[in-house]
Amino acid sequence: MDYSVKVMDHFSNPRNMGSIENCDGVGEVGNAKCGDIMKIFLKVEENRIVDVKFQTFGCGAAVASSSMATELIKGKTLEEAWKLSNKAVAEALDGLPPIKMHCSMLAEEAIHEAINDYLRKKGLEPWKD
Amino acid sequence: MRIHNCEGASVTVGDKTIYMDNSATTPARKEVVEEMIPYLTENFGNPSSIYEIGKISKHAIDKARKKVANALGAEENEIYFTSGGTESDNWAIKGIAFANRNKGKHIITSSIEHHAVLHTCLWLEGQGFEVTYLPVDKYGMVTLEELKNAIRDDTILISIMLANNEIGTIQPVEEIGKIARENRIYFHTDAVQAIGHVPIDVKKMNIDLLSLSGHKFEGPKGCGALYIRKGVKIETLLHGGAQERKRRAGTENVPAIIGLGKAIELAAGEIGETDKNLLALRERLIEGLLKIPKTHLNGHPTQRLANNVNITFEYIEGESLLLLLNAKGIFASTGSACNSSSLEPSHVLMACGVPHEIVHGSLRLSLGRMNSEKDVDRVLEALPEIVQKLRNMSPLTPKEYRTI
Repeated sequence: MDYSVKVMDHFSNPRNMGSIENCDGVGEVGNAKCGDIMKIFLKVEENRIVDVKFQTFGCGAAVASSSMATELIKGKTLEEAWKLSNKAVAEALDGLPPIKMHCSMLAEEAIHEAINDYLRKKGLEPWKD
Repeated sequence: MRIHNCEGASVTVGDKTIYMDNSATTPARKEVVEEMIPYLTENFGNPSSIYEIGKISKHAIDKARKKVANALGAEENEIYFTSGGTESDNWAIKGIAFANRNKGKHIITSSIEHHAVLHTCLWLEGQGFEVTYLPVDKYGMVTLEELKNAIRDDTILISIMLANNEIGTIQPVEEIGKIARENRIYFHTDAVQAIGHVPIDVKKMNIDLLSLSGHKFEGPKGCGALYIRKGVKIETLLHGGAQERKRRAGTENVPAIIGLGKAIELAAGEIGETDKNLLALRERLIEGLLKIPKTHLNGHPTQRLANNVNITFEYIEGESLLLLLNAKGIFASTGSACNSSSLEPSHVLMACGVPHEIVHGSLRLSLGRMNSEKDVDRVLEALPEIVQKLRNMSPLTPKEYRTI
C-alpha cells in the first residue's frame, strides 16, 4: 500500500493508544468480519474532551486514522469534535489511498458513537448527523 | 508496492532485508540471467525468420522446450510457451471447454484454486457452462470421494491445483488423475507453485494439461508454459501468427523462454537438495511461531510445500503486521482483506473454515534458496514483539494477552 509519510508515522507511533478506566463515553464501530474495529474512549469535563484514547484492530490506514482523529479532537468541545469529518482526518494524514477512505469514515463514526454514549449516560438526547 | 519506513525512506531489498515471499515471486538466478542476456542483445532475431540470427533463436527455444519437457516427463511437442501462469490456466480451461462443449458443459474444480482458474470458471458459467467448486477439508485437501460424487455424464474437465499458493497444501494429484482417466475426463493441474518442490511426471500422474510460470522458480517474469498431452482436443486462446505449432500466436518471448528453460532445468535437478534445506527451515519457523500464544498453523501439517508457512495470529490484522515487518526489513504476505485490492479476505482460508474473525490475522512466509537459518531466527526474534504491539493496540485482545 502506498501510504504517505504521515500515515506511516501515525501507524508506527500511534498517539493516544490505549483505554481510559471510568471513561465518560465509549464508541465502538466496525466488525472483525470486515477486518476493522475502532474503539474510542472519552474523558469529558465541562463539555470539553480532556482526554481521549483509542484501540484499533485493522490495517495501517485504520490505525493512523484513529491516531490522527484522537489528536484532532483532544481539548475540543463536544460540538467541535462532532463536526470532525472523515475528509478532515484523511487530509490531516496527507491523504489516504482511495480504497482506504472507509478507514477515516470509521474514525468519524467512532467519535460520534462515543459522544452519543456520553450524552446517553448524562440522560441527554443523542445527536444525529 | 512502495512502502516507506517510519522515517519516510524507501525500503529496498539488500543485505539487511529478509525476503520471505517466494510464493509471490523469486529473483532470477544468476545462471538464468547469464543465459538470457545474449538473446536480448546480439541474438535478437525473430525465431520465425529464416536467416541466421532467426535460426539461432529458434534453436534456443527448441532447447528450452526440451528442458521443460524433461522436467515434466513430457514430450517436446507437448510444451507450449505462454506469457505466464494466468495465460496457461485460461488457455487450458477455456480451450478445453469450447473444444469439447458438444460432449458436455460441466467442469469440476476446487474452491481453493488460484483466481486465474476460479475467475476463468466463473466467466465460463456466464457462457453457459456449469461448474462444481469442490469443498476442501480444514487442511485445504480435496477428498477423492467428493470428486467422484461430483462427476456427471457431461463432465468434460477436472481442474485441480497441484499445490496451493497460500497454504502450500499438496493435492493427491496422481489419484485425481486416475479418476479423471477412468471417467474419460480431461485433467488440468495448475502446478505454478509446485515446480522445483514436487517431482512431476505427467504420464505417471495422468495429467492432460499442466500450467507453470517461470518467475516462481527463479526464472524471468512474463513467461510460462502449458503442457498439453498429445491428442487432447483444445481450442486456441490467442489467434494470430503460426508460432508454437499454430496453437499460440505471438512472437516468442525468446530471452524469457531461454531463462525459463534454464531455471526449470536447475530447479528440477536440485529438487531433493532444495527441499531438504527448506523443510528444515520451515519446521524451525513453524515450531518457533507456534510458541506465540493464540497462533494457529493453516494448511496441512505434512502434505505441504517445503517452502510454505502460513500462520494465523488471533486479535490482529495482517496488513498492519506486514507494515511492521517491513519496517524491520522482513518481506512477507497476508490473506487479510485489508491488504487486497478487492477488500475480500483469502478465499483459501475461508474455504478451509478459518473463522471470519481471525482470517484477517494470517501471515504467509514463503521460503526460498536465499533464506538461511539466521533469517529464520531473525524473523522469530522480530515477530513476537510485533504481534504483541498489535495485540496491545487491538480492542479484541483479552486482558491476559496484553502487556499494557
